[in-house]
Amino acid sequence: MHLWLIPALPFVGFLINGVFGRKFPKTLINLIAVASVALSFALVMNVFLNGGDLAAKPLHAHYFTWMKSGAFQVGWNFTVDKLTMIMLLIVTGVGSLIHIYATGYMAHEEGYYRFFAHLNLFMFFMLTLVLAGNYLLLFVGWEGVGLCSYLLIGFYFVKHSATTAGNKAFIVNRIGDFGFSLAMFLITITFGSLDFGKVLPAAAGKPTATLTAIALLLLVGACGKSAQFPLYVWLPDAMEGPTPVSALIHAATMVTAGVYMITRSAPIFIHAPAAMETVAMIGLFTAVFAATIGLAQYDIKKVFAYSTVSQLGYMFLGVGVGAFSAGVWHLMTHAFFKALLFLGAGSVIHACHGEQDMRHMGGLKKYAPWTCLVLACASLAISGFPFTSGFYSKDAILGAAYAHAPWMYWVGVVTAGMTAFYVWRAFWMTFWGDYKGHGHPHESDWVMLGPLVVLAVLSIVGGFVFNVPQILSGMFPIKEATDTGGPGETVLTGISVAFGLGGILLSYLFYVVNKDIPEKITSALGGVYTLVYNKYFVDEAYDAAIVQPLVQGSETVLWKVADAGIIDGIVNGAGTQSQGIGSVLRLLQSGNIRSYATWVLIGAVVLIVAMSAAGGVR
Amino acid sequence: MPPIPNGVPMSFYLGLSAILFVIGVAGFVFRRNIITVFMCIELMLNAVNLSFVTFANYHKQVSGHIFTFFVMVVAAAEAAVGLAIILTVFKNRSTLNIDEVDSLKN
Repeated sequence: MHLWLIPALPFVGFLINGVFGRKFPKTLINLIAVASVALSFALVMNVFLNGGDLAAKPLHAHYFTWMKSGAFQVGWNFTVDKLTMIMLLIVTGVGSLIHIYATGYMAHEEGYYRFFAHLNLFMFFMLTLVLAGNYLLLFVGWEGVGLCSYLLIGFYFVKHSATTAGNKAFIVNRIGDFGFSLAMFLITITFGSLDFGKVLPAAAGKPTATLTAIALLLLVGACGKSAQFPLYVWLPDAMEGPTPVSALIHAATMVTAGVYMITRSAPIFIHAPAAMETVAMIGLFTAVFAATIGLAQYDIKKVFAYSTVSQLGYMFLGVGVGAFSAGVWHLMTHAFFKALLFLGAGSVIHACHGEQDMRHMGGLKKYAPWTCLVLACASLAISGFPFTSGFYSKDAILGAAYAHAPWMYWVGVVTAGMTAFYVWRAFWMTFWGDYKGHGHPHESDWVMLGPLVVLAVLSIVGGFVFNVPQILSGMFPIKEATDTGGPGETVLTGISVAFGLGGILLSYLFYVVNKDIPEKITSALGGVYTLVYNKYFVDEAYDAAIVQPLVQGSETVLWKVADAGIIDGIVNGAGTQSQGIGSVLRLLQSGNIRSYATWVLIGAVVLIVAMSAAGGVR
Repeated sequence: MPPIPNGVPMSFYLGLSAILFVIGVAGFVFRRNIITVFMCIELMLNAVNLSFVTFANYHKQVSGHIFTFFVMVVAAAEAAVGLAIILTVFKNRSTLNIDEVDSLKN
């Protein structure tokens, strides 16, 4: 098993396209970009089929020792167990589909080769992150995907909003990465190693306080990467990037890295109950918070962006209440249906000639029937419609949440209702009614629709076919709602399905049957609506509380006092002082040869006197 | 102080050397005529030569003598070059006053 080939192939693709791509025809760029990822997927399948029993005997590979300091050692190690396998399949599988889609979506864009080079580089780092056998290597991938995210958000670099969005994503993630780094330091101090194989089994014997600190710091990192409150603000802005990027990086793979990391560190978290509680709370709060914002957005990609934040909150809730496998299950189904939602949204945006505002869409089911169909599948899945993929995974999380604390279940269920509402609101506004945009809408071609159909099938059957908790049962015990008594599983499932269906119906009522209702409600809500519509003014609050003080402080203190006053003062002072000394010394340079001779004489006399006083030469 | 042949003590030689040197220095510093200054330099060199020879004799080492020859060679070369410069200066400026030959100043 050449595990190193899995990330190496996209990296080679990146090198070829990145260095020579400018001169290549588009078909060749396509071939290199798609083939490298598809081959990598094939390799993953090979490992999956021929790798033996990964639960009993995970694959390990050591390539070289990266750093060595006494007993502490970090190597370039890859580990493949079942959790890694699931992530690998998601990343390479969904990644391949999105690469294929992107060849159609980006066909008329400038910087075509640059886009695919960066996309391949992203795959390399994401696969490194997933395959990593220690925290530091995971961190390499973690930072690498952040870099690619930055590059691809700012892909349209002539647009000011795109570059600032890229900066925002990068800077906000610094906060999370800071936490992650501290966590790694603490792990090194506590365990003397960063290898998963050494750290995780030893977690049980360590003091709870230390483990809690490690877990909370890891959580800070996860909050940054997985866009959880209060560090979620970069993700909605990240929609400035091309739509395939939103689908691949900001929906299916990179943003789930935080969930993966927490799941990977499960033994640490399990022994730190306070940290687990925090994870669950943050997840739940983010889920509700983002869902309410999603209710009032008009940009189709922004709706899905807030939906992503909200769904990631669900995953955090899942792992926070101890249902790690349910969280990973939702991670997988979410990768299917959210990638589909974004790619479908991309198809819609293409159909409407670049329009993203849903108020200028409508009636597209006539013009883009396939897009309409696949988006319906995705919307059903995210709403938790019975027997679609989202139904299973969301149900598993909510069941575990009920077992942990019933109120969490109820909040989660209400959020599920809101989710169904805003996703279907987007659906009705886009596909029903009359077309209100400009130009003539058109259906996308099959290079884009093909991946959509595959993802649509996965969105529908993915949860049923891939029962992640069953697969991972060796690593994480399945948490059932009925473990602790209370109403039976069926009742809980029924309630959550009812909320989902209620959301769908309500949106149908509001946006198809009687379109006056939303306006009446918004005017009735008044201030609350303004608050939600403006995303609770969180960006403005951050701006006022953090950004402006920083800017002002830099300007008044760092620039005008420290830089202009102290540093420049020292430099200029040194100059002025030498000038002053020089103006005195200059007087000695009279040009009069006899005065020089006198100085020489005086110097010689002084030397002789000094040497005699010191006892002469020995 | 050990005796020196002919009964002249070493301090005499050194004293003469010092006197010659001081005369040289005084001439160098106070005289304005370039040729005089030049002669004073030669005087200082010879004062030093005298010290060298005295010490060489005292220590019974030949290096002092050899050094004296070097100094004399340098002095001769210096005299040739220096007199040439002085001639040129006088040709161009019609003066031998050292205070007026200061065009490097400013």
